[in-house]
Amino acid sequence: MDLLNYAFMQRALLAAVLVGITAPAVGIYLVQRRQALMGDGIGHVAMTGVGLGFLLSTSPVWMATAVSVLGAVLMELIRWYGRTRGDIALAMLFYGGMAGGVMLINLAPTGSNANLTTYLFGSLSTVSQSDVLSICLLAAFVVLVTLGLRRQLFAVSQDEEFARVTGLPVRALNLLTAVTAAVTVTVAMRVVGLLLVSALMVVPVAAAQQLSRSFSATFVIAVAIGVAVTVSGTITSYYQDVPPGATIVLLTIAAFVALTVLAAPLARRRARAAAAAQPAGDPAECTLPATREAGDEIIV
Amino acid sequence: MTSHPVISLRAVTAELGARPVLRGIDLTVHRGEVVALLGANGSGKSTAIRTIIGQVPVSGGAIELFGTPRRAFRDWARVGYVPQRTTAVGGVPATVTEIVSSGRLSRTRFGVFRRADREAVHRALELVGMADRAKDSVNALSGGQHQRVLIARALVAEPELLIMDEPMAGVDLASQEVLARTLKQQVDSGTTVLLVLHELGPLEPLIDRAVVLRDGCVLHDGPPPQAVGQHALPGHDHVHPHAPAGTEPLRTGLLS
Repeated sequence: MDLLNYAFMQRALLAAVLVGITAPAVGIYLVQRRQALMGDGIGHVAMTGVGLGFLLSTSPVWMATAVSVLGAVLMELIRWYGRTRGDIALAMLFYGGMAGGVMLINLAPTGSNANLTTYLFGSLSTVSQSDVLSICLLAAFVVLVTLGLRRQLFAVSQDEEFARVTGLPVRALNLLTAVTAAVTVTVAMRVVGLLLVSALMVVPVAAAQQLSRSFSATFVIAVAIGVAVTVSGTITSYYQDVPPGATIVLLTIAAFVALTVLAAPLARRRARAAAAAQPAGDPAECTLPATREAGDEIIV
Repeated sequence: MTSHPVISLRAVTAELGARPVLRGIDLTVHRGEVVALLGANGSGKSTAIRTIIGQVPVSGGAIELFGTPRRAFRDWARVGYVPQRTTAVGGVPATVTEIVSSGRLSRTRFGVFRRADREAVHRALELVGMADRAKDSVNALSGGQHQRVLIARALVAEPELLIMDEPMAGVDLASQEVLARTLKQQVDSGTTVLLVLHELGPLEPLIDRAVVLRDGCVLHDGPPPQAVGQHALPGHDHVHPHAPAGTEPLRTGLLS
């Protein structure tokens, strides 16, 4: 493993592992809430943060974090108060964020479209020392929230109305989910890129669902898939000289396809086991009972 | 024990968009009562329940739970809620145990589960006859079984008040029986119940009082209404699906 001799590859691999853990860990709640594309929206908004970072010559990671957190909170507010035009407001937020980023980065003295591309699609060589520190801190926050509050986030994402009656602070938890998703986007930004980060939040979860019946198993398998594809994708990217983000996302989709094919016989066996578990008096075929029961009466 | 009503709505109004859905509802439920909220589709009965739990904002009037204004009410472990089944479908598989456990959060501190909480989950599943399906995915369940899981989720915190929105909708006969029996046990042990029903159906013997809504107004508040229309016609058999299997339906008609 000669690639570990290079400091930039050590940093890239560490960042890749953290992305592999955090992206599915947040993504599972987004998928559960049926907001699978929220990560994509935040990625667009984060562009403005990157542009601001260049313009003000501050760290693009922290600027992107600040702007995408703001964007995520705004998206959550639109969801509360938005009525019929909510989706239009979101569209304006996404594309405004994207256009703002492109504009700002071109205004910045140090910025160029080449810089922009590394943020959009990820790049191994650009993960700097200070980036690694920021990514570690942000990832720690994401893990703390997604694991520590898993029961609360599960309840809110599963059934918001019911969660309200258990006394959970539903709005605060929704906001926290949005903020955590925004933080994850910036964690993933360096390695996978802003335009592809959403894939890593959603596809490992979808792949894990092919094997699992429970939320906890889905969580564990999705994170395992996430780490496997980010690490193998980063290594492939190094040896083959291909972009890491694209490699990782294609590997994730390959994992999804492979698991779907593999899981088909498993699903059939489960269906058979479930059929065998039915009480013997419940045949699969229709047979007419000898006597009529109360429930057979038709109410007019 | 105080003599506060468990639920009290006074002149409650609510709008969805610009359309008034509740136009000044009065509703009082006392301790130990079983009250059915009846009415046609769009009469406001689900909205009325959702104002009580705070899901729909009210534009006027006052709501109190256990004598406390709803906005200041924090003691949610005393309330069990069964929403309409369609609201509770997530995009990720979850087991029966995982779903029911989320109902116990109101009794835990920061969501940390102790042994007593796990035992409560098991007890609630036994109450609705789903303990043998504890590790199954809820996606593999029938509509009626799913409804039983949602009722277990409401019962797991051992609430004093149960609020249910159309618990019998789309529920198979076997599950209706389990449901009626579970509800009777709860009522016998002193639980107060407010439920939205489309028709009285198999729960009729349990119900003390019916409140009928029409166009967001209370039309009737008193004993459950007599069957009218087709239901009162001669020839209408009054069927109790929870009667023991094999018993003949009660025949009141002349034609059968």
